[in-house]
Amino acid sequence: MNMILPASVSATPNGTTSMPNGTTRPQVRIVIVGHVDHGKSTLVGRLLHETGSLPEGKLEMLKAVSARRGMPFEWSFLLDALQTERDQGITIDTTQIRFRTRSRDVVLIDAPGHAEFLRNMITGASQADGAVLIIDALEGVRDQTRRHGYLLHLLGIKQVAIVVNKMDRVDFSADRFKEISDEISAHLTGLGVTPSAVIPISARDGDGVAEHTPRIGWYQGPTVVEALDALEPARPLEQLALRLPVQAIYKFDDRRIVAGRIESGHLSAGDEIVIMPAGKIAKIKTVESWPVTPLTGSHGAGRSVGITLDRELFIERGDVIAHAGATPRDTRRIRARIFWLHDKPLSKGDQILIRLGTRESRASVVAIEKAVDPGELSNEETKAIARNHVGEIDISLAQPIAADPYQENPRTGRLVIEVNGRIAGGGLVLSVDAGQRAVPIDIVPVESALRPEERSARYRHNGAVIWLTGLPGSGKSTLARALERRLFSRGGSPILLDGDTLRAGLNGDLGFSAQDRTENIRRLAEVATHLARNGHIAVVAAVSPSADDRAAARRIADTTFREIYVATPAEICESRDPKGHYAKARAGTLQAFTGIGNDYQPPARAELSIDTSARTVSDATDEIERMLAETGILFDELVDLAANI
Amino acid sequence: MHLLNPDSAKDRLRGADLTNGSAVPQIFADGRLLPPSMDHLDELEAQSIYILREAFARLKKLALLWSLGKDSNVMIWLARKAFFGRVPFPALHVDTGKKFPEMYAFRDRFGEEWELDLKIEPCPPIDAVDPTLPPAARSAARKTEGLKWALTKYGFDGLIAGIRRDEEATRAKERVFSPRGLEGGWDVRDQPPEFWDQFNASPPPGAHLRIHPILHWTEADIWAYTKRENIPIIPLYLSKDGKRYRSLGDQDITNPVASTASSIDEILTELDGTKVPERAGRALDHETEDAFERLRVAGYL
Repeated sequence: MNMILPASVSATPNGTTSMPNGTTRPQVRIVIVGHVDHGKSTLVGRLLHETGSLPEGKLEMLKAVSARRGMPFEWSFLLDALQTERDQGITIDTTQIRFRTRSRDVVLIDAPGHAEFLRNMITGASQADGAVLIIDALEGVRDQTRRHGYLLHLLGIKQVAIVVNKMDRVDFSADRFKEISDEISAHLTGLGVTPSAVIPISARDGDGVAEHTPRIGWYQGPTVVEALDALEPARPLEQLALRLPVQAIYKFDDRRIVAGRIESGHLSAGDEIVIMPAGKIAKIKTVESWPVTPLTGSHGAGRSVGITLDRELFIERGDVIAHAGATPRDTRRIRARIFWLHDKPLSKGDQILIRLGTRESRASVVAIEKAVDPGELSNEETKAIARNHVGEIDISLAQPIAADPYQENPRTGRLVIEVNGRIAGGGLVLSVDAGQRAVPIDIVPVESALRPEERSARYRHNGAVIWLTGLPGSGKSTLARALERRLFSRGGSPILLDGDTLRAGLNGDLGFSAQDRTENIRRLAEVATHLARNGHIAVVAAVSPSADDRAAARRIADTTFREIYVATPAEICESRDPKGHYAKARAGTLQAFTGIGNDYQPPARAELSIDTSARTVSDATDEIERMLAETGILFDELVDLAANI
Repeated sequence: MHLLNPDSAKDRLRGADLTNGSAVPQIFADGRLLPPSMDHLDELEAQSIYILREAFARLKKLALLWSLGKDSNVMIWLARKAFFGRVPFPALHVDTGKKFPEMYAFRDRFGEEWELDLKIEPCPPIDAVDPTLPPAARSAARKTEGLKWALTKYGFDGLIAGIRRDEEATRAKERVFSPRGLEGGWDVRDQPPEFWDQFNASPPPGAHLRIHPILHWTEADIWAYTKRENIPIIPLYLSKDGKRYRSLGDQDITNPVASTASSIDEILTELDGTKVPERAGRALDHETEDAFERLRVAGYL
């Protein structure tokens, strides 16, 4: 069965409602990879011929060229259009060619098989929705076959069809076909790639390309064209969480437009967003465009957009915009599985440049955890990753970046590595260590001798940072002290960290400027987090008026953070005035006092909110205790007892 | 990447609940409506805008090469979209002095209407060009020389050019960000890897980059987009007395092709059936097997 329509037959029903060249048809990009001389270019030439896609005169011209050189006609001349390639007989770079099948437009990317040109194979294959891996029936699976298979996995290409070519050279033997089919299927399945079809063909003669021929009568599966027809275009990642890496901020007129492409998810005007890695919060005011602006409605993955925000804040190229509650991690440590293309092997301690989304950061290689030649089957020593090899590395970044593990988001979970201004490798983010500082080579943090379970077994709670925020006089310190007493009396290890107390010592060098307040909060959060990591419950009582500063504290403490908003009305706080600050501020003798002005930013999603004017200290403490039990900090004693019986 | 397929009922009713026959759009768990999917032209546009913004962010001194043809007009349109109305770098016309009068009229009118920072640079006389090239290629190579002059004069580190992969086999091998040597040459054997929309944008001092924002478009895409966006065109592209120009270059080395297409719709219908290459009317492509490649290696577009 021939699935192909000649290019001259339009798929357009009446020639008026749809456009040619795929404007209304699905377009799928397919890369053809495999070992050198296994017949990639021949297959492409044949496909173009069979689909009637060759420009007029091209075949005749190539036949003439071959005759002039005294060579038999080769289908591969079609793609190898460059002088240099014809002389050497191999494809140097990647080339794209289009043709049509019954249901879709196909863009064929021909990638070179020669190991020298792996960078070109990657350049071509990275643009593909699916792949055809071609194997010579006589030679079988070779190193470059395996290497290309591995790279398809690293490039995230899941749809792969296998073509066993030159079947005429093995007399169309079904046994030989099965042997190769089993070997390559096992190799790919081990990488998590399941071939969609394994097809025996002879590209030169056309068997199995567009039609089944009697010579391969024993084969019942799809032809190459049918297999291509079954490959799906990759879908935009609209279902994932919003990720908008910032390309630039434009101030061409009175608008301040944040420009970028939505890599996943979708956004609309009015959305609450978080700008990572700093964790600043804002709202999308408008979605700008040209010539019509502003735009309404939802804008999904794949769109290049420009947005304005409801407030002026520092935002720069490389930041990632996400929705509150579904942000990428901010990190200075990344583990990645990479392929390496540079002449000089990648080694521990190497200084590199990382590009992830639109962010670039200097980085150093902390460790090489694995280094493999994907063409061979054995592991190597793990000192360095040589050219055209793959490996797993631990990277320490000079500045924090926003990233996701690739399994959560393939777009913000991949990176490239640059050396001397040239792309030298790339790969997938395996894991990010949230909030981890870069570890300079000469600092070796000492691990505690105790395991976390030993501490939690004694205290009957996990470590935590309880962050009480609210206006001066709202009752933070009172609640903190009551909570401290309650936790201690049940055998726990609470430690009170009062903002003012720390300002008398550790933070004695800090004043009340916005910058100093930020640093004050950072130190509080660092100390509290250290205590929490060691099993204690740090109870922090601090006005902490800035939402950004508290967001930073949450990132430092990560999953141990519990925010409690002490939401006592302002007039009651002022009437209490336990430290006499409101009176001084009203009298003008105390500057920069939070409470009189409007500079307190209430939390939007605290774990708990308590108005101390509406309940007793004891009731409020009960409520905090309940929240800590429900969120996994305090252990339920009854369950523990039951477990021991 | 999703493209609408008229043959698929599911695509036609994207967003509708087929099993229940209801036209209520799908609701995400968080209550948002399913956003409208992008069509093929939307995707091409978004990709080109991304490339233009990357170029503007990463290079110091950019210029856009405006040849006045359909491709570079689309490119200017895309740049206006990318930068919200105004192109924030100069449009450079390297003028051989041998273009069609209609092209000069177009340049003068739209250079002003589109508020372009237009820079017109002359080309050297034919005697200054490599005499071993065949005649048409030699004539076209004047443009390469003119380009080198302009590069020296302004010190651009990035030139945005409207070439497409489907035009010609050597162009199919181009990168989106394509480094050039100090002499403007293209080393096709040593192109850096380029993947995942991460671009090599650090030319060594004195060298420059070519940036190709519409490399992934086809001739038909250009026309379909020109029609959708209502972008003005030079009338030479439309059929007159049974002939039209598919590609516009210098008057003396560009020939019209036989065609009855007198509107963009008719051009699209014609392209859907044709097997004649786009540059068939460009003499310099056909003189010898490798003439065009030699031009490109030397820095031609």
